[in-house]
Amino acid sequence: MGFHRINLTVNGEFEQVDVTGYMTLLDMLREKLVLTGTKNGCAAGECGACTVMMNGEPVNSCLVLAVECDEAEIVTVEGLASDTQLDPIQKALIDAGGVQCGYCTPGILIASRALIDRNPDPSESEIRAALVGNLCRCTGYMRIIEAVQEAAKM
Amino acid sequence: MNAYPGLPEFDYLKPDTYAEASEFLVAHAGEARPFIGGTDLFVQMRDRVLRPKYLVDVKGLEGMDEISFDNSQGLTIGAAVNMNRLIAAPEVIEHYQILAEAAQSVASYQLRTRATIVGNICNASPAGDTIGASLLLDGMLNIYGGQGMRQEPLSTFFLGPGETILQTGDIVASIQFLLPPDGLKGKYIKLGRNKLSDLSIVGVTAVGYPDADTKSGLHFKLALASVAPVPLVVEQVGEILGSTPVTEETLKGAAEAAMEACTPIDDVRGSARYRKLMVRNLSLNALRDVWHKLRK
Ligand SMILES: Cc1cc2nc3c(=O)[nH]c(=O)nc-3n(C[C@H](O)[C@H](O)[C@H](O)COP(=O)(O)OP(=O)(O)OC[C@H]3O[C@@H](n4cnc5c(N)ncnc54)[C@H](O)[C@@H]3O)c2cc1C
Ligand code: FES
Ligand code: FES
Repeated sequence: MGFHRINLTVNGEFEQVDVTGYMTLLDMLREKLVLTGTKNGCAAGECGACTVMMNGEPVNSCLVLAVECDEAEIVTVEGLASDTQLDPIQKALIDAGGVQCGYCTPGILIASRALIDRNPDPSESEIRAALVGNLCRCTGYMRIIEAVQEAAKM
Repeated sequence: MNAYPGLPEFDYLKPDTYAEASEFLVAHAGEARPFIGGTDLFVQMRDRVLRPKYLVDVKGLEGMDEISFDNSQGLTIGAAVNMNRLIAAPEVIEHYQILAEAAQSVASYQLRTRATIVGNICNASPAGDTIGASLLLDGMLNIYGGQGMRQEPLSTFFLGPGETILQTGDIVASIQFLLPPDGLKGKYIKLGRNKLSDLSIVGVTAVGYPDADTKSGLHFKLALASVAPVPLVVEQVGEILGSTPVTEETLKGAAEAAMEACTPIDDVRGSARYRKLMVRNLSLNALRDVWHKLRK
């Protein structure tokens, strides 16, 4: 099976990677680029732990092939904060106590950032609908929803 | 180590032309598959249900990424147009609301960044959420095959679970819907194990519009998901609600007919008996909802 050379931007940095056809974006991020913030919870599109931004829209990186990301712009949880400053959604999630074990957190952060980018003033039901693909087994969701509401105000 | 198996090995190619893609699929019959979002295919491959040696990415082919509308040709949705784009398209919201409503019920936002309506249709699951609306809006598929482009009605597309009329080398380029009748209203009701994001136990799509050619002055159509080997259009509903004045009683009769017409199975999501009863109740709710919208 051949390798494919792809050029892409990950968190603003140019990357050139050789990938097999069957490598997922998730595995490329974790194994090749050692960006292990993005998590594998199910590898089947169900849990949302692997959510990253691809060309400005959130995707389940377990269901995207790395080779499909040639020329793409990817943002992972590692790319949310700037040098010294957390993204408002990161700060709000910490302040609200919306993180427990943290496994769902990278996906929640990306999905929430994407929501606020497309809808700067989401209602509670819009937040719930936008996060329906992000499972959290710890927090009970209420604090996550509060955090998104707070972040939208910042 | 990964907690879950990855994808089995395959090679990936992304042809530039329909001819190249189709010829490759024919030359590697049984070993190659086209894909768009991969949200159905990759999961089936991960679970080792399917093991193609080659995946042909058809997203780059001409017109795949386009959505267009005019009054004479209606709406044409390229196969690679993802569901979020479809849901947000002004022409869909204005003329084909029921399609947006159905697409909105599929999985999660991030999955819909990749999932497509054409993939939903080609996958041919009886549970496919957008299939009922596509059938009731008289969808037509533009398909590239050995002889060039041809058009096939969706009504005769499905042969069984996962089975369609598509031949090796066929690539669906787009789905097209003519302008629906004036005043068309619709409702999609999806019963899942949870409120959002699960495959349906039962799915009911209903549409209705004013029609001077029926005795009742109204024309209703109903489609059912997850209760037969293929997505099911219940013809009797149109007949019952066209031939007598529409009342709560005749709506109940139509819902009974829907229950009689379906042939569900027992599976992890629900028993056949439960599904039948839900078809009756949800068909009544959906038809009544459309009727109320038509009377406003
Ligand atoms: C977590 C999860 C939740 C889901 N929830 C739902 C849900 O609620 N409702 C629902 O209906 N579905 C659901 N699905 C199924 C799936 O997301 C949808 O069916 C989706 O619309 C498939 O589109 P796709 O572009 O990803 O298809 P793909 O996976 O790319 O393709 C599907 C099938 O069609 C064939 N195919 C694709 N494109 C073409 C073409 N152009 N010409 C010919 N054949 C083609 C492929 O070979 C494959 O067999 C879910 C899937 C996952 C993983
Ligand atoms: S790991 Fe991708 S959705 Fe669970
Ligand atoms: S914090 Fe543990 S899964 Fe969400």
